[in-house]
Amino acid sequence: MNANAAPDWRDQIFEVLRAHDIRQVYHVPDAGHARLIEACQRSASIRTVVLTTEEEGVALAAGAWLGGQRSVLLMQSSGVGNTINMMGLTKTLRFPFLTLITMRGELGEFNSWQYPMGQGTPKVLEAMGLLVCPVAAAADVKATVDAAARAAFNGGQAVAVLLRQKLIGIKNFGEK
Amino acid sequence: MKKAIPGLLLERRAVVRQLLKDPDDDLLVIAGLGSSCWDITAAGDRPLNMPLWGGMGAPVAMGLGLALAQPGKRVLVITGDGDMLMSLGSLATVAAQQPENLAIVVLDNEKYGETGNQATHTSPRDNGPTASGAGADLGAIAKACGIADSATVREPGAVAQLVGDARTAQGPIFRVVKVMVEKLELVMPPQDGALLKDRFRRALLGPAG
Repeated sequence: MNANAAPDWRDQIFEVLRAHDIRQVYHVPDAGHARLIEACQRSASIRTVVLTTEEEGVALAAGAWLGGQRSVLLMQSSGVGNTINMMGLTKTLRFPFLTLITMRGELGEFNSWQYPMGQGTPKVLEAMGLLVCPVAAAADVKATVDAAARAAFNGGQAVAVLLRQKLIGIKNFGEK
Repeated sequence: MKKAIPGLLLERRAVVRQLLKDPDDDLLVIAGLGSSCWDITAAGDRPLNMPLWGGMGAPVAMGLGLALAQPGKRVLVITGDGDMLMSLGSLATVAAQQPENLAIVVLDNEKYGETGNQATHTSPRDNGPTASGAGADLGAIAKACGIADSATVREPGAVAQLVGDARTAQGPIFRVVKVMVEKLELVMPPQDGALLKDRFRRALLGPAG
């Protein structure tokens, strides 16, 4: 590895989560978030919780906040649809909420089944009152996630960062 | 008004009053929407109760997040069979974490009480054209998910043991309490979710909360 190469954006997200004292990280298996999830699993200060469905992560985040801990929900755009009613908790309880979403179903997607939820993701999140922050360039990831965490944990907002498919790379069939 | 269904002997309010008797500041309670919410409030509203007026399917996951954040406190989730059926996967999520301080008590009357007592999936099969369920056994489901200490309570004589387990046994523990179908007075906690959250955090975390 070139010592002068810019740090990987996924490693930068991990550093931002640590800087904001995130103590619980919720996830389902996801290729886009895999490296970040593994970094969290190896961290002594972060408890990772694997979910059966993404809506559990919203309720977990509310419980963690009741107990005085900050958390983040990692999911894919297709999982956003599973969370919508539970997202209402962020409005009724008014608790800080941060989710980082790897996008599918954007231009270049090979799988037609990913388009409906991918294209609907920003709209349904906005409909539920979340602030939606897309990021498409690797150089912008760190600052965007940091700003989103500040909006959540200092500003009391519910915030979704959309990691655009252009950033993650277009998945090819059969590719690991 | 009580309706006698064979095998459903226990009164939910009496059970919950026992579960929440003489609570100290180490007991953190989350109740699912509907009857469970009114039950914990009938036992005595307190800041360290978090009664949910919505978010069906949330209580077990919320209890897990709270239990992980506060390992020194006891977290008791009280909810109904309809709510539990909507979030069966959360039992596997709890089992994967094995929180020692989490107890889950499901008050199972085999009905969706808030919508007019329609049968839930825990109702027996072949129970007539409008009241048949699947005979789903929540205690067996929890055990199969990996919550080893799981049991079903049916008899009045078993309530004292239930209370002791829910308050002090090493978690995660899961208890189904088969309760009768009753029409009970609505005893409502505050409805404002932000107020409920803030009073909970202040009571638990102090002024900084």
